[in-house]
Amino acid sequence: MTTNTTHRDSGTPLIPLPTSLARHTVTAGAAIALIGTFMAWTWTSDFPGDLTVDGYPGGLQLLTLTAAALTLLFALSAYGVQGLRWLTPAGTNAPLRLLALATFGTTGYTLGAISDELGGIVNLEPGAYVSGIGALIALIAAFALPGDTPGTDTTGDNPWRRIRHTLAAPSARPAQPIPDWAGILVIVAAFAIGLYVFAYGIDTAYTELFIGFLITAGFTFAALTQAGLLTRLSALTAQHRTVTLSAAFVAAICFPFTQSSDEYALIGANILIFATVALGLNVVVGLAGLLDLGYVAFLGVGAYAAALVSGASTSSLGVHFPFWAAILVGAGASLVFGVLIGAPTLRLRGDYLAIVTLGFGEIFRITMNNLNGNSGPNVTNGSRGIPAIPDITIFGWDLGISHDIAGFTLGKPGNYYLLMLVITLVVVTVFRRSADSRIGRAWVAIREDETAATAMGINGFRVKLIAFALGATLAGLAGTVQGHLTSTVTPEQYQFAGSVPPNSAFLLAAVILGGMGTMSGPLIGAALLYLIPAKLQFMQDYQLLLFGVALIVLMRLRPEGIIADRRKKLEFHETGQLDTPETSLTDTPVGVTKAGA
Amino acid sequence: MTSMTTTPNTVLHASGVTMRFGGLTAVRNVDLTVNSGEIIGLIGPNGAGKTTFFNCLTGLYVPTEGKVTYKGTVLPPKPHLVTQAGVARTFQNIRLFPNMTVLENVLVGRHTRTKEGLWSALLRLPGFKKAENASRERAMELLEFTGLADKADHLSRNLPYGEQRKLEIARALASEPGLLLLDEPTAGMNPQETRAAEELIFAIRDQGIAVLVIEHDMRFIMNLCDRVSVLVQGEKLVEGTPDIVQADERVIAAYLGTPFEGAPGDEELAEVEAAETAQSTTSTEGDTQ
Repeated sequence: MTTNTTHRDSGTPLIPLPTSLARHTVTAGAAIALIGTFMAWTWTSDFPGDLTVDGYPGGLQLLTLTAAALTLLFALSAYGVQGLRWLTPAGTNAPLRLLALATFGTTGYTLGAISDELGGIVNLEPGAYVSGIGALIALIAAFALPGDTPGTDTTGDNPWRRIRHTLAAPSARPAQPIPDWAGILVIVAAFAIGLYVFAYGIDTAYTELFIGFLITAGFTFAALTQAGLLTRLSALTAQHRTVTLSAAFVAAICFPFTQSSDEYALIGANILIFATVALGLNVVVGLAGLLDLGYVAFLGVGAYAAALVSGASTSSLGVHFPFWAAILVGAGASLVFGVLIGAPTLRLRGDYLAIVTLGFGEIFRITMNNLNGNSGPNVTNGSRGIPAIPDITIFGWDLGISHDIAGFTLGKPGNYYLLMLVITLVVVTVFRRSADSRIGRAWVAIREDETAATAMGINGFRVKLIAFALGATLAGLAGTVQGHLTSTVTPEQYQFAGSVPPNSAFLLAAVILGGMGTMSGPLIGAALLYLIPAKLQFMQDYQLLLFGVALIVLMRLRPEGIIADRRKKLEFHETGQLDTPETSLTDTPVGVTKAGA
Repeated sequence: MTSMTTTPNTVLHASGVTMRFGGLTAVRNVDLTVNSGEIIGLIGPNGAGKTTFFNCLTGLYVPTEGKVTYKGTVLPPKPHLVTQAGVARTFQNIRLFPNMTVLENVLVGRHTRTKEGLWSALLRLPGFKKAENASRERAMELLEFTGLADKADHLSRNLPYGEQRKLEIARALASEPGLLLLDEPTAGMNPQETRAAEELIFAIRDQGIAVLVIEHDMRFIMNLCDRVSVLVQGEKLVEGTPDIVQADERVIAAYLGTPFEGAPGDEELAEVEAAETAQSTTSTEGDTQ
């Protein structure tokens, strides 16, 4: 009786239509939307991207085209077309729904933007209506498809929950083993696509295109997740870890060569600095569980130390160290400060560290302001900072000027991007190797239960100090490059919360948003947190507000972050996991309550 | 009083351990000796100071007075150094690392018996892989020993209660202790699980590890222990073989209370009955009013 009800629940889609008819309609709608992109959407080229040309989609039309093509592809896979079944190892209808949302979202946003900017819907040409109606049809029909997961009794009452339910998919079918070379090819292809998408996002020339890109990419990402393709991919990457890392590294190296303008390469270099520092913070926060609210100060220590020995005319030391020595000085100075701050506070438990690091962050900024020869000895020129830091020269290779490599021109930001990439690689290696070792397990143990950890013979203070000092050193390392890239260091760059990342609040947010304790999480989180405000200039006034809203929404919907740590994933989503103990129901609550005591 | 003197066989010797929290004396002048190959029980009513005494032994608390020696050397008052010296413990309320896997939990227990530091991990020095593999091998042996080998990759928070207890013991054994302190290892277990725990503790003893166990389950303690020590209100009341302790009137008094002074029996019974009838009449009177 109950099974009957639940089946009817899951079988009843939000919109009543026979399944096969719904599927045909989705396909047709997507095809219409796709055809529409080849027609003019508006009459004037006043709207950026020139959507006036027949037979040649451009700008936002390309995004609709991509989304519609993907929808078609997945619709065909849902028909069971030979050779396309691999697209949907987990859900079939849920990814289709999400892709239809992507198509409709992008198209709808474009039409709205055209009407808004040009003053009314009279500015829309027939092509816009064709695509818009096609996308709407596909969307409505997609919600007429049945759900992928069996319904529960609760799905019926709450509409929001029902919608979420229709977008959920079961876990993926077991994968057919594929030969190594094929797996490696897939990984390489995935990273090539990833690089292309990322470079496209950075290169978006106008705000509308970037928002359209976010809509398309966001829904497509969700669709690929629900289709089970990302699970498959992460299984493959786990199988070929070295290949994956190399592929990611090569893709990252390729990035500056795809950039014609210095502006976007500079964004890339800044993202890399932000991401590297976030990953360093992840050692402290994610692994050892030490809440560091003043982490950016260590970046500042590294940058100032490197600036002082850089040979800048305004530096009070007036020495010019070669780059390798400057990097050692920067990292070393951060290490010293890390130990100085950590040694007295890490002996205490609880929130003291958060307060002390928060204070240290402010003290650093104020001290740098006051060492101006007026209220203290002149070391840092106070709020004017140390300007005109000369560019780095490595083996006679001046990073400040453009170089031509194999027909590509690499400007100053491109050079620094590549240098920063080496540092990122160092930090990634440090993170991976330390996490998977005796010391990394000790960090996690301390984070989980400090009393039990010390009872297992772990010297809590020592291990925490190592994590704290290591995190500080990594930040200092990134700081040396950052100081040279910006060629000026001022105290205001290193605040707790400011409009420009990296600052302590954004670093912490990148770690939490991306996924604590994971390697790729902070990198992705930092990229998003840097890119979105950098591209959406009009949001600058509301940046912190929107940022807070985004954080709340994310914590509500996906508390483990974008990239879930294996442990966190199990922690936040107890149900539906493979890892549940095979015990009777009566045993489990006892175990849970006792363990929680 | 032979147990009070140290012999070459002595693993743990606590003498005159006193623990005061402000004006409250939780443990007063307790002596205890554990010899190798022994299983010693520590019993007493709730609040008798058993766990406090444990914490004094393991360095979690620094005793106000008295000293604790392990194999002839004084134990330092730091938990991690006590474990390093060879005393491992479990907790009354299970304290695993809930979001680590079963295997990782045991590997953390190996911390004191490996010494690969950060540099070794970062540079992957030659000894690193070898030490790591040896640790994993030893950890798997221990999981095999406690019967958890097939759950090595599960998160420890997802284990059922009884297995969490076992895992805590496996984790403690990973530090290769000479003395294992178990704080209520069978609390919340059913009779079958308790018997299994008994077998496990005998097997641990057979490996040459002395065991000191706090427990409330009298049958369990009396089956298991070579000697039993009774703590009451922070003081050691009696120590001896299970038979001696079971027969001791003071122990029974501590657990069940003392009978009335003077003449118990029929006279008292009559008194109680009289009181009861008197009460029932008053209550009926109360009803009529």
